[in-house]
Amino acid sequence: MPEPFEPKIVAFFCNWCTYLAADLAGTSRIKYCPNAEVVRVMCSGRVDVQFVLKAFAKGADGVLIGGCHPGDCHYQEGNYKALRRYRLLRRLIRQMGIEDERLRLEWISAAEGDRVRAVINDMVETLKRLGPLQKSEEERAHLLEVA
Amino acid sequence: MSERETVRIGVYVCHCGTNIAATVDVKSLAEYAGLMPNVVLSRDYKYMCSDPGQDLIRQDIRDRQLNRIVVASCSPHLHEHTFRTALKVGGLNPFYFHMVNIREQASWVHENRVQATRKAKDLVRAAVQRVAFHQPLERGRVAIQPDVLIVGGGIAGIHAALTLANAGKHVYLVEREATIGGHMARFDKTFPTLDCAACILTPKMSAVRAHPNITLWTYSEVTKVDGYVGNYKVTVLRQPRYVDEDLCSGCLECIEACVYKQAKVPDDFNLGLSKRRPIYIPFPQAVPQVPVIDPETCIQFKSGKCKTTCVAACGDRHAINLRAEAKEERIEVGTVILATGFQTFDAHRVPYYGYGKYPNVYTALEVERLVNASGPTAGEVVLRDGGRPAAVGIVHCVGSRDENTHRWCSRVCCMYSLKLAHLIKEHTGAEIFNFYIDMRTPGKGFEEFYQKLLTERVHFIRGRVAEVTDWALDPSEEGKLVIRVEDTLAGFVRRIPVDMVVLATGLEPRTDAPEVRRLFNISCASEGFFLERHPKLAPVNTFTDGVFLAGCCQGPKDIPDTVAQAGAAAAEALALIDAGYLETEPNTAHVVEEKCCGCKTCISMCPYHAVAFVDEIHKSRVNEVLCKGCGTCVAACPSGAIRQNLFEDDEIFAEIEGVLSNA
Repeated sequence: MPEPFEPKIVAFFCNWCTYLAADLAGTSRIKYCPNAEVVRVMCSGRVDVQFVLKAFAKGADGVLIGGCHPGDCHYQEGNYKALRRYRLLRRLIRQMGIEDERLRLEWISAAEGDRVRAVINDMVETLKRLGPLQKSEEERAHLLEVA
Repeated sequence: MSERETVRIGVYVCHCGTNIAATVDVKSLAEYAGLMPNVVLSRDYKYMCSDPGQDLIRQDIRDRQLNRIVVASCSPHLHEHTFRTALKVGGLNPFYFHMVNIREQASWVHENRVQATRKAKDLVRAAVQRVAFHQPLERGRVAIQPDVLIVGGGIAGIHAALTLANAGKHVYLVEREATIGGHMARFDKTFPTLDCAACILTPKMSAVRAHPNITLWTYSEVTKVDGYVGNYKVTVLRQPRYVDEDLCSGCLECIEACVYKQAKVPDDFNLGLSKRRPIYIPFPQAVPQVPVIDPETCIQFKSGKCKTTCVAACGDRHAINLRAEAKEERIEVGTVILATGFQTFDAHRVPYYGYGKYPNVYTALEVERLVNASGPTAGEVVLRDGGRPAAVGIVHCVGSRDENTHRWCSRVCCMYSLKLAHLIKEHTGAEIFNFYIDMRTPGKGFEEFYQKLLTERVHFIRGRVAEVTDWALDPSEEGKLVIRVEDTLAGFVRRIPVDMVVLATGLEPRTDAPEVRRLFNISCASEGFFLERHPKLAPVNTFTDGVFLAGCCQGPKDIPDTVAQAGAAAAEALALIDAGYLETEPNTAHVVEEKCCGCKTCISMCPYHAVAFVDEIHKSRVNEVLCKGCGTCVAACPSGAIRQNLFEDDEIFAEIEGVLSNA
């Protein structure tokens, strides 16, 4: 029997809200799917379009961006910049044949440890439904080129 | 270190006792790491943060010529600084380091050992690939302006202000109300010692007023905060009290002279249990001892047709100025202590206890005023109709430990309920019933106080009260308030008729806590109290450098804990001030001028105006002093000309590839 599909998620979490929420989930011993691997950035505004495309090109089945709630950004408005890029990115990846559900932006405050669980588990479920991101070497190379 | 020098990485996997080792196979993780490119050495060790653990890193740097270090342990928020310091002591630039969080974000959140170990391997692989790109960096320094802003003039703010002022630092104490003193000024006696709150508080309030190092602004609010640790620029709006604090002598003749011969306005300080005039002083020992005119109720403000007898009474002191306007003060401070306190739970939210419906249902804070000798009844515990209660029920946990309202324990209600039971008994001789879920008395002298109450013939009934009703089922209940409760020790439902019900309302975050939090750029915990940097190791710090917490704005606590925390916050501020500077993270951005095309995209990205356009060279430049290191401009630059230290594109790309290369 083939192994069941376990999606791989690259999660860009901002240092001040979502990364702390993930830490809080840990100290609260909240259990969730082990499919998301966190790359810490100072602000969701640091998440470059290239990071997302690179992640998809290199084998991620989904990309999650976690930032502070609107109005709560540690850097005042970096999360709004992230939101603008996210909207653009969703359209871009759709054009490249990647379902836009594979990219997700979530506002998770430092107090919302349980939301980290909910969001990651939900995303894993979505990705399991979508199946692996199947891209030929050529398509992946194209993704990198765009990046 | 020259770029050509070979990268020699040391990987250290921490067991954290069994915190990590129980769920992540640390041995196989270390072995796996040892096989990665550029990894010269990998170890697993019981506690990497311990002295021997750090010594390992230092020795290996020396003996094995390591030049990059990866530690897989807990969150970087906890020990990144520890390990960077170990590198520095070992003679390596502290930024040749990357930390992998395999505790909070792996072993503690996953149950399957195989999956958790697989994830830990991915994360370690990413770190190993990333750290190869790390560059040596130097920390910057920001000077700390020695003045301190304290927001909130309750016992926390007062204690912190006096501590700092006594150490010779200048303090701006900003209080929204017309007097300092906060909730404590309303209390009668304090548990468990039963010393009178006013006797211990008012000398400190006077000391604040008299202290040459304290600028006290009451009736004032912070409206704007700019800047950063060491250099906060703060705007304070001072509402007009229409009585000049510098000219007023505190004789209070103006209050007597008011055309309102009868006080008609509900008195906030006494929670509406008494009346005041439109010109008033909140309570006799208020600081500053200067009256306030309430423009909402003053005839002169409403109609302009008052004889202004208050102005005449003030005479040639000319302290009353009915045309006074709000004034903005701009100050610069290096550090901030937030001591904005709490509010009590609104008992209207639990209608089954009858607050607002039955006149003789009181909140504990109201009863606190009733038993107070300087309160509305001069210390007489009387019902609304003036009668004396023969039986009193005290309902614990109103708005605490309740799924429907607040889940937390407010920590002080058991003790203040015991205190009120003692005081009401002392004042009236009434029969007292305490209805409790659990009796929580964890403090010095608290349990002893409870034991004392048990000998004072006060009744204790274990059970959460279901309702308070005036529906009498038999003649003995006529005209009484009946408390319905399941006595969980006796095992049946009881109906207890009483004359007075006291609701021990819990402590909750202030309604405006979200606004205050945004103003100072800090976070709230899930229940809405301000979030401390670490619950145990940095309980008065926040995630914003230079902003500290004291008192109940951080969570419910009693007076001793509040004072202790205020002292701690003052000490943290002093530590920064006396060091004179704070080392900053070197994660700022910089423009690689050869690559910059001068498109100015980055300029609009920066909320701090740290990116400026240099017309002469037609390129952008980052002012590293103003840059806070968010990296938003870096992500926006279409030419890839802006780089962020510690979060270079190469580093993050390597990390992304690292986590995915096993996929």
